[in-house]
Amino acid sequence: MTTTALKVETVFADAFRELLARESDPTLKIARERAFDAFVDLGFPHPKLEDWKYTDVRPISSREWRVESGERDTVDAHLLNQFNVERNGFTALNQAFGEYHVVRIPKDTSLAEPIRIGFGGQDGVAIFPHVIVVAEAGSKATIVETYVSQAAGFTNAAVQVFVEDNANVTHYRVQKDAAEHFNYGVTEVSLGRGSRYDATSINIGAGLSRHDIELKFTAEGGEALVDGLYMLNGSQHHDTHSIIDHTVPNCTSHQSYKGVLNDKSRGVFNGKVFVRENAHGTDAQQSNKNLLLSNDARVDTKPQLEIFNDDVKCAHGATVGQLEEEELFYLLTRGLPENLARNLLTYGFAEEIINKIVIEEIKAELDSAVLNRLEFEMEESR
Amino acid sequence: MLLEVKDLHAGIDGKEILKGLNLEVNAGEVHAIMGPNGSGKSTLSKVLAGHPSYEVLSGTVTYEGKDLLELEPDERARAGVFMAFQYPVEVPGVSNSQFLRLAYNQKMQHMGGEELDPLEFNDYLKEKAKIVDMDPAFFKRSVNEGFSGGEKKRNEILQMAVLQPRLAILDETDSGLDIDALRIVAEGVNKLRSPENAIILVTHYQRLLNYITPDFVHVLAGGKIVKEGGKELALELEEKGYDWVKGAANAS
Repeated sequence: MTTTALKVETVFADAFRELLARESDPTLKIARERAFDAFVDLGFPHPKLEDWKYTDVRPISSREWRVESGERDTVDAHLLNQFNVERNGFTALNQAFGEYHVVRIPKDTSLAEPIRIGFGGQDGVAIFPHVIVVAEAGSKATIVETYVSQAAGFTNAAVQVFVEDNANVTHYRVQKDAAEHFNYGVTEVSLGRGSRYDATSINIGAGLSRHDIELKFTAEGGEALVDGLYMLNGSQHHDTHSIIDHTVPNCTSHQSYKGVLNDKSRGVFNGKVFVRENAHGTDAQQSNKNLLLSNDARVDTKPQLEIFNDDVKCAHGATVGQLEEEELFYLLTRGLPENLARNLLTYGFAEEIINKIVIEEIKAELDSAVLNRLEFEMEESR
Repeated sequence: MLLEVKDLHAGIDGKEILKGLNLEVNAGEVHAIMGPNGSGKSTLSKVLAGHPSYEVLSGTVTYEGKDLLELEPDERARAGVFMAFQYPVEVPGVSNSQFLRLAYNQKMQHMGGEELDPLEFNDYLKEKAKIVDMDPAFFKRSVNEGFSGGEKKRNEILQMAVLQPRLAILDETDSGLDIDALRIVAEGVNKLRSPENAIILVTHYQRLLNYITPDFVHVLAGGKIVKEGGKELALELEEKGYDWVKGAANAS
């Protein structure tokens, strides 16, 4: 361990002592203490760890952050205990400093309006939002989770989603922090019998960001769509690591992630899909497609399927490439100048993910964010 | 003269396919270029549209008095050259209306005409869609994505209607169409025929010409035009088959 890292851990230790002294809830007090111990053991992730091979977090670990942790809800111990604290140093820190918010969607209730949760940090400040969503049996809801920091701060977020039997959750996660911001986030999802979870994760912000996803089917008949887009330029770095775990029979998971990388940006996609021995009748599809717009951009993609049962339908694949020449020629023959044609194709590539979003206002906002990135204008006649 | 192709030699991957092709097209005319597989029909279409994989070895192509081969594909399009693709390309994520409005406005910019905003364009597009009997539901769908073969070809003719080219090259537009789709596409083309523009129909079969009557028929074999005539030549070809003209190609 380097001396800088030690120093930072000391900073966190001071802040932690303060927070612990204020913590009145005994359950949380114990959970926080355990988590901080775990952080001291784990330290920050480093590139020697297989899961962090391509993502160097020293820009985060080498800085002294001021910790902010405000009002919090009380949390049932059994929900807290399901969180994988020891996933890495970040998750341990999150649990230790967590600003807990619990959202419960009552049984058989269908929410007309989306649940909106949003976070943004200040310059030099680390924030630790931890949201727990419980969609009770037969309920239906949409969650809109946004990250919109304007400054050079550090967001370390965790979201746990419990989709109980026959519940239906649509989850949009939009990370568009300022380019000097750092963002780590983890999403843990558990799906009950006959439940449905439809996620779209958009990463266009932050200089350095990582999103970990872990999704587990706990009973038969679950269905999950786990889609995402990362669109990077400048020297942005984004890493998505996901684990989709089929432990029970007859569940479906479809994952489609796309990356658009320009300038010197760098993307990482690592998607593991496990189909356990017992999980017959699984339908698991995974794809990761990347478009490199510059010679200096780079992506490391690794889709992994591990199947321990024969009675399954599985496919996976990854592509990294430039725009299709035939598509480009087609647009040219319709009179679009080459730069416009290239932009339109790139826009279309990204839109395939964004088009999934059914909330018009969010979709329009992302549309324009993508267009801004491409520096071209296009109004839609919808 | 709208288009003049003189002694054109062209090919792909170092292989010469067109071996001295001559063609003259005037405004108001419809020309059918027929020929067996491998005769160079597709090469001619792609060379005229400016496909980067095809290489012009020698000869000239003059369009509206200018050297067409000097122009990039998009410049040719804005100058009024249009090619309907044999295999229209799918463009996922981009709606038909977005795409067509961009293309239309680019052309208007070039010609100094009036650009249309999304609402105005939608009205314009609805009018044009009637030409190929196309449901406006297709406007919002991604360009050609998930379209049937017939829908793709109709979409090509819709694009032609929107862009109003002076010279339209329809590359095997009849291939893969059932008889109803063929009729709709052909009727669409007939409606777009005018004294100001010209159409080149590139086709293997005579059946398209039952619906679109050409002024001239050229038979292409071995990379050259080996026989020329009026619409009756197509019928003669249908009867005698391409072996009849292949002999002529070998003899010359």
